[in-house]
Amino acid sequence: MSLVEVSDLSISFGGVRAVDGLSFSLEAGGALGVVGESGSGKSASAYALLGLHRGTGAKVGGSIRVAGVDVTAADDAELRALRGAKAAVVFQDPLSSLDPYYAVGDQIAEVYRVHNRASRRAARARAVEVLDRVGIPDALRRSRSRPHEFSGGMRQRALIAMALACEPQLLIADEPTTALDVTVQAQILDLLHDLRRETGMGLLLVTHDVGVAAESVDEVLVMQSGRAVERGPVSEVLVAPREPYTRALLAAVPRVAEARTSSGAKPADDTGAPLVEAVDVRQVFGRGKSALAAVDGVSLTVRRGETLGIVGESGSGKTTLGRMLVGLLEPTSGRLTRDARVQMVFQDPVSSLNPRRSIGESVADPLRASGERDEVVIRARVRDLLTRVGLAPESYDRYPHEFSGGQRQRVGIARALAAEPELIVCDEAVSALDVTTQAQVTALLAELQRELGLALVFIAHDLAVVRQVSDRVAVMRQGRIVEEGEVDEVYGNPRDPYTKQLLAAVPALDPALATVRRAARKELAAA
Amino acid sequence: MKWFLLRRLGGAVFVLLALSVVVYAAFYVAPGNVAQIACGPRCSPAQVAQVSEQLHLGDPLYLQYAHFLQGLFTGRDYSTGTGVLHCQAPCLGLSYQSDQQVTELILAKLPATASLALGAFVLWMLLGVGTGLLSVWRRGRPTERVLTWITLAGMATPVFVIGLLLIIILVTALQILPFPDYVPLTEDPEQWAWNLLLPWISLALVSAAPYARMTRASMLETLAEDHVRTFRAYGVGERALVGRHALRGALAPVIALGALDIGSMFGGAVLTESLFGIPGVGRELVDAVKHVDLPVVVGLVLVTGFFVVLANAVADILQAMADRRVVLA
Repeated sequence: MSLVEVSDLSISFGGVRAVDGLSFSLEAGGALGVVGESGSGKSASAYALLGLHRGTGAKVGGSIRVAGVDVTAADDAELRALRGAKAAVVFQDPLSSLDPYYAVGDQIAEVYRVHNRASRRAARARAVEVLDRVGIPDALRRSRSRPHEFSGGMRQRALIAMALACEPQLLIADEPTTALDVTVQAQILDLLHDLRRETGMGLLLVTHDVGVAAESVDEVLVMQSGRAVERGPVSEVLVAPREPYTRALLAAVPRVAEARTSSGAKPADDTGAPLVEAVDVRQVFGRGKSALAAVDGVSLTVRRGETLGIVGESGSGKTTLGRMLVGLLEPTSGRLTRDARVQMVFQDPVSSLNPRRSIGESVADPLRASGERDEVVIRARVRDLLTRVGLAPESYDRYPHEFSGGQRQRVGIARALAAEPELIVCDEAVSALDVTTQAQVTALLAELQRELGLALVFIAHDLAVVRQVSDRVAVMRQGRIVEEGEVDEVYGNPRDPYTKQLLAAVPALDPALATVRRAARKELAAA
Repeated sequence: MKWFLLRRLGGAVFVLLALSVVVYAAFYVAPGNVAQIACGPRCSPAQVAQVSEQLHLGDPLYLQYAHFLQGLFTGRDYSTGTGVLHCQAPCLGLSYQSDQQVTELILAKLPATASLALGAFVLWMLLGVGTGLLSVWRRGRPTERVLTWITLAGMATPVFVIGLLLIIILVTALQILPFPDYVPLTEDPEQWAWNLLLPWISLALVSAAPYARMTRASMLETLAEDHVRTFRAYGVGERALVGRHALRGALAPVIALGALDIGSMFGGAVLTESLFGIPGVGRELVDAVKHVDLPVVVGLVLVTGFFVVLANAVADILQAMADRRVVLA
């Protein structure tokens, strides 16, 4: 009997059908990746395996069997006995997924005691044992820490430890590395890989990132709008997809190993004066003992028409640097000369637009700010800008909630263009978007750049996206630029050890390559 | 934690000082001749001048405030014309009406108000939080709807309506409880509680409603949080989810509100005190305002402020002990 057997699963929230006629199975010890864009129903399906929709008002149809338990028919006690003991889940956001009030070790011990007759002391010992297994250093001492005292990667390790506590037959991982930096992501994926080999548990990995799936599973199931599109061995589906949707999805994924396919503007003009020049700029937050140099002596120039990519992990100072380039922050020290109109496009297209104002009004803001008073002129110009970024000019009077994430980001770009900038700083402008939308927005940026001769500073944590849009790239770490150069040079032949480490951590799309790279990472870590 | 405590208490002292400046300024700068008010309507100009002299009303305002502060910390002397009256620290001045020391006046009334406030506080917290939790437990069922209506009714009903109803039912008709006649705790604890029961219940019934609503909203919010989902997904039962993983976080805002209410309750529950004839601070305040007895009003506002600030500090420290992230913020 299979470990997981799902047939004709349907889930609807209110009137919306999130999952529709989904069937799949997973053999004991197997690893299945469920891949899809946001809204494809992948997480909803995973939660259904543990009966987590019960009591939420969602309607679940079809049949689900997990480790011999009929989930749809089981009573509450049977469900509780399944959850954590036979099938355990690791959630996306490791900070909010742990109870802030209790020590990590106590939380794991509590779960252990729910399913095992054990003394408090024995349960604590078990907690320390699994924390040690997932690579928490000094596990006995750290088991007394609360979640906020852990780093992001350690929290995710702690959640995995909780999942391991009762030796489940199935581990469900819902976007387990999405909130993590790429080097930490690689460590967590390697850990999951080792644990699976060691314990023989089955893995159901839900992810939007095809690369993450390629690294970790044997079989992959591609979902779109609540239905399964394609299913097969990972080496077949990701290398030679049969379905058009899978092909489109894979085509949209930016490749870190391939040279830039579409060039942006005309080659950067080396002779012209730089639009922005930073010399040894620093930005220090706080003072005294708690002072922190977010940007610690960075020098760079941006020239007309070029794209400078700035890549780094969280806390590397890339956003702070971007804010200084635009003038939202004054450098604490150093020289920064700006000889151009500069605008910014922000990460979150939801919160960076005022929900109570129509998008036309938002786009008109820079025009009004620059002194334009003639309503006819403003309206005409905004309609023009909306057309420019690929939106219908009639959307002037519509509100942000009526648009999808990609469309909202287009509005953000239109707003930036309104001030006729020569340089746009894009701070993680595409990281909140699905890959296909992401590809469309980066294509739009490249097109605008060609036509308007814009310079772009493209700040992102995603190495692949940065490679696909940039002429030059700067790699940041702890407030400093560790390596800077032509993009193909840096990616093809990295000199700095940190750049090497970053590039080694990016998941490969080809499963065969993933195995090779996993071995390479181990060597790099051992060195 | 030690630094957090120091910072928190330092903040509390600062707020009290700021409050004293504002209150002092607001009342003493208010229009009207203070000396005339203090002396009374039938005083001759000569007498008024003498009072003005005694109260140092000719001094610049900052000096008057300094004297006031000095009185608070070290005590101060008042000349009564014939002799000197020493007002011990913390001295809040002399009542214009009775020439009694304000501090003594307030201290005499405080026990009754404190008895009323603390007892009602315990009751309304239990009642409010209990009702809130029950309506979460029974969400989507008729019980929840009934509770919601009762809570709404409770919020809309003034204390004198509920109090009168209770008097009619419990005292007049059923004769279970005596008509309240305040007995100090030190005299007879049993009679103290027995007589205060009716005021406690009345005050608790009208005060509990916002707590029920807040507990319910806060609990529902916490139950929807990711970490509660985690433990649900690990087979932890609903009762443990609520008791161990949701309650602590959900009660934080409720306790903060409670601190605010209990603190201001020490300034007197005017309506309840009047209704049940409890000789408390609230009635004193009404009386002082009516007779423009400025030192008493200022003193009462400061004492109320003191209890609000104290209750808030206690709530914050409790919160910091429950959630160590607060200390870091």
